[in-house]
Amino acid sequence: MDVEILSRIQFAFTISFHYIYPPLSIGLGLIMVIMEGMYLRTGEKVYEVMTRFWTKIFALTFGIGVATGIVMEFEFGTNWATYSRYVGDVFGSALAAEGIFAFALESGFLGILLFGWNKVSSKVHFIATIGVWLGSMFSAVWIVIANSWQQTPTGYHVVGEGLEARAEITDFWAMVFNPSSVDRLTHVWLGAFLAGAFLVLSVHAYYILKGRFVELSKRAFKIALIVATVFSLGQLFTGHHSADGVAKNQPAKLAALEGHFDSLAVADMYILGWVNKEDQKVSGIKIPGGLSFLLYQDFETPVKGLNAFPEDERPSAINAIFQFYHIMVAIGMFLIALTLFASFQWWRGKLFEQKWLLKIFVLVVLLPQIANQVGWFAAEMGRQPWVVYDLLRTSDALSKVVTANQVLFSLILFTIIYALLFGLFIYLLNKKIKHGPNEEPLIDKRTHQKEMANIFKNN
Amino acid sequence: MATFLGLDYATWWFLLVGGVFSGYAILDGFDLGAGAWHLFFKKEKSRRIALNAIGPVWDGNEVWLVIGGGALFAGFPVVYATLFSAMYIPFMLFLAFLIFRAVSIEFRSKEPMLWWRKMWDISYSLASIMLAILLGVVLGNVLQGFAIGADMEFQGHWLSFINPYAIMVGLTTLALFMMHGAIYLLMKTEGRLYAKLRLLLKRGIIFFIVMFSITSLYTLIYIPHLSDDFKNNPALFIFPLLAFLSIANIPRLANKKKYHSAFIFSSITVAMLLILVAIELYPVMLLSTLGEAYNITIYNAASSEKSLGIMLTIAAIGTPLVLAYTIFVYKTFAGKVELDETSY
Repeated sequence: MDVEILSRIQFAFTISFHYIYPPLSIGLGLIMVIMEGMYLRTGEKVYEVMTRFWTKIFALTFGIGVATGIVMEFEFGTNWATYSRYVGDVFGSALAAEGIFAFALESGFLGILLFGWNKVSSKVHFIATIGVWLGSMFSAVWIVIANSWQQTPTGYHVVGEGLEARAEITDFWAMVFNPSSVDRLTHVWLGAFLAGAFLVLSVHAYYILKGRFVELSKRAFKIALIVATVFSLGQLFTGHHSADGVAKNQPAKLAALEGHFDSLAVADMYILGWVNKEDQKVSGIKIPGGLSFLLYQDFETPVKGLNAFPEDERPSAINAIFQFYHIMVAIGMFLIALTLFASFQWWRGKLFEQKWLLKIFVLVVLLPQIANQVGWFAAEMGRQPWVVYDLLRTSDALSKVVTANQVLFSLILFTIIYALLFGLFIYLLNKKIKHGPNEEPLIDKRTHQKEMANIFKNN
Repeated sequence: MATFLGLDYATWWFLLVGGVFSGYAILDGFDLGAGAWHLFFKKEKSRRIALNAIGPVWDGNEVWLVIGGGALFAGFPVVYATLFSAMYIPFMLFLAFLIFRAVSIEFRSKEPMLWWRKMWDISYSLASIMLAILLGVVLGNVLQGFAIGADMEFQGHWLSFINPYAIMVGLTTLALFMMHGAIYLLMKTEGRLYAKLRLLLKRGIIFFIVMFSITSLYTLIYIPHLSDDFKNNPALFIFPLLAFLSIANIPRLANKKKYHSAFIFSSITVAMLLILVAIELYPVMLLSTLGEAYNITIYNAASSEKSLGIMLTIAAIGTPLVLAYTIFVYKTFAGKVELDETSY
């Protein structure tokens, strides 16, 4: 295999593995903030116990997230040196901002979140929890801006020619608010909230079914259910906005998402299907003119298809992109239906009586994770053959001095380490869940505990 | 190029990147040093105390590396690209050990079995040692220079990163961090472990002084270009002088058991040594062994003036914030380590 494909596999592998963890941290962070906020408001011990339980799981996901995150930053330089030279001027400020505003905030307060329960007042601890969560939110901001700039570059100009060419920033805010960054950021945030919320739902549904920590679990389940319902619905809007943006800014990607080949014709929308690239046909269940309607609110408006673009300027793995996109959409729809149904049962007062519903919640924990992964696959593969859309080809972005053997070495290294890491993660996650929240009273060295709770209550 | 307080933007970024990496070396330096000593502690309780001495802060310290990498990428993309692709294998090994260290710290305490803890102790200590050495190896190569051609690309062999000087600098870095880490642990411990560390620190200081002398001598004899600036401008001799005085102060303060002051001076030593490196290199960042014309300097590697200006604004807003909560965290966890139910 050549350097290009090996480097692409390595980047895809390391970033996919990494992306299991940050969405969990962002989502769990939100839920921990709500739980701890409830504790400060009500002063009820049960909320503190659940916050501490989820903090432990958060620590696990956060630790692996940080350790696997540095890898991609280094890979820009090691494997994608030409890309680094090309985008450094533009991309650099987003990355620098991420480091200084997001990571430092997260990691700085993490020590207090994890080890400070007995060292600081509950109010300061709450601030630390918010700090860590905001830090994780910010890191999503800057990295999604950087990636969005690769999808829809603005606020730059190209200097130099041929191999010397590179992009230079001309307008910072135009770079930050490039046409796709806001839509994609909200989509990513909500996806992360769902990943966290569904983990909480799954674990507490499991406890309720097993008859353990039942009272605590019912309350935690309701908190997470509200989060999951609101943001499953919200994902419909952010997703729709993203698709509109893709249609406007990256028509070749949009055509690939729906397997739309005709250069200018009414475009259908598929519920599910299979793309045959050779005869340019999609077989499956479709809504005729559905894509045209979605984009232009009219079943008759023609949409640009793949054939409108030169062969070497459109993505090649059409069926894979089509499938990834449709899996994401299908999961999104299912989660909306599920959370709405569960909320309805809650309203009827029968939420925890439906054993089968709780069993479904135990299992669906994987779905938001899968949706997050395949959504990114579709977004990144749909941008090919470009690494920066319409500016820099992936094949030109490599490090010229790195050989296939070197990349093979590091790829094998990461495969072994990540396999080990994943095994350990699952083992420890399972162990923590089996052990459950610690309801024993804690040795409390804090002094202002009660007073703080009262202040919040009286306001 | 535009200037700010009399210095051009590229020089500001050189200082900024250098400052962040110095911060990283001082902060993660004591984590790595503490890790390198880990297997010298025989009792389970001692190992736990040593681990928890860095427990609440190592993660935040590692972030300085992420910021430093980001700042280098942002300020000098050409250096980032050339250096990282030239040093592919050392950087990949560095990443692997970085993951191992993080994982060892996180997972060690999660099971009580003896073999489990022993396994993570070994992997934690080995990873810390290798990280310190690899940092030094990269620095050693930067000091010597690379075979950089006209296209600003590395042209040497992919294994050329292994050479006597790089290994010497690697071991010196390890020795420096071990001395620094032992002093940090002395501030955080008491009782038997404290007594043991006092003994270890003496050995650490000797290890460092021996390695530092050998490397300095080798540098002066065989790598003359690294003392050019000092020869040409005797006023600069103040910096090596300060570095030596700072080093000499460490055993003096250690003998008096003034470990907080000793820690300040070992931190200053780390910074001073990097300042010496910076003075000799500036304005070159990557030295080409194929001819001076191919050197990568802060001027031909820097991002555009516009970009550097934007990022200076970001740094000016962000740095006080980072310093404020770093200090807050260290204050919260100041004093001797006490194990409780949230400890590793």
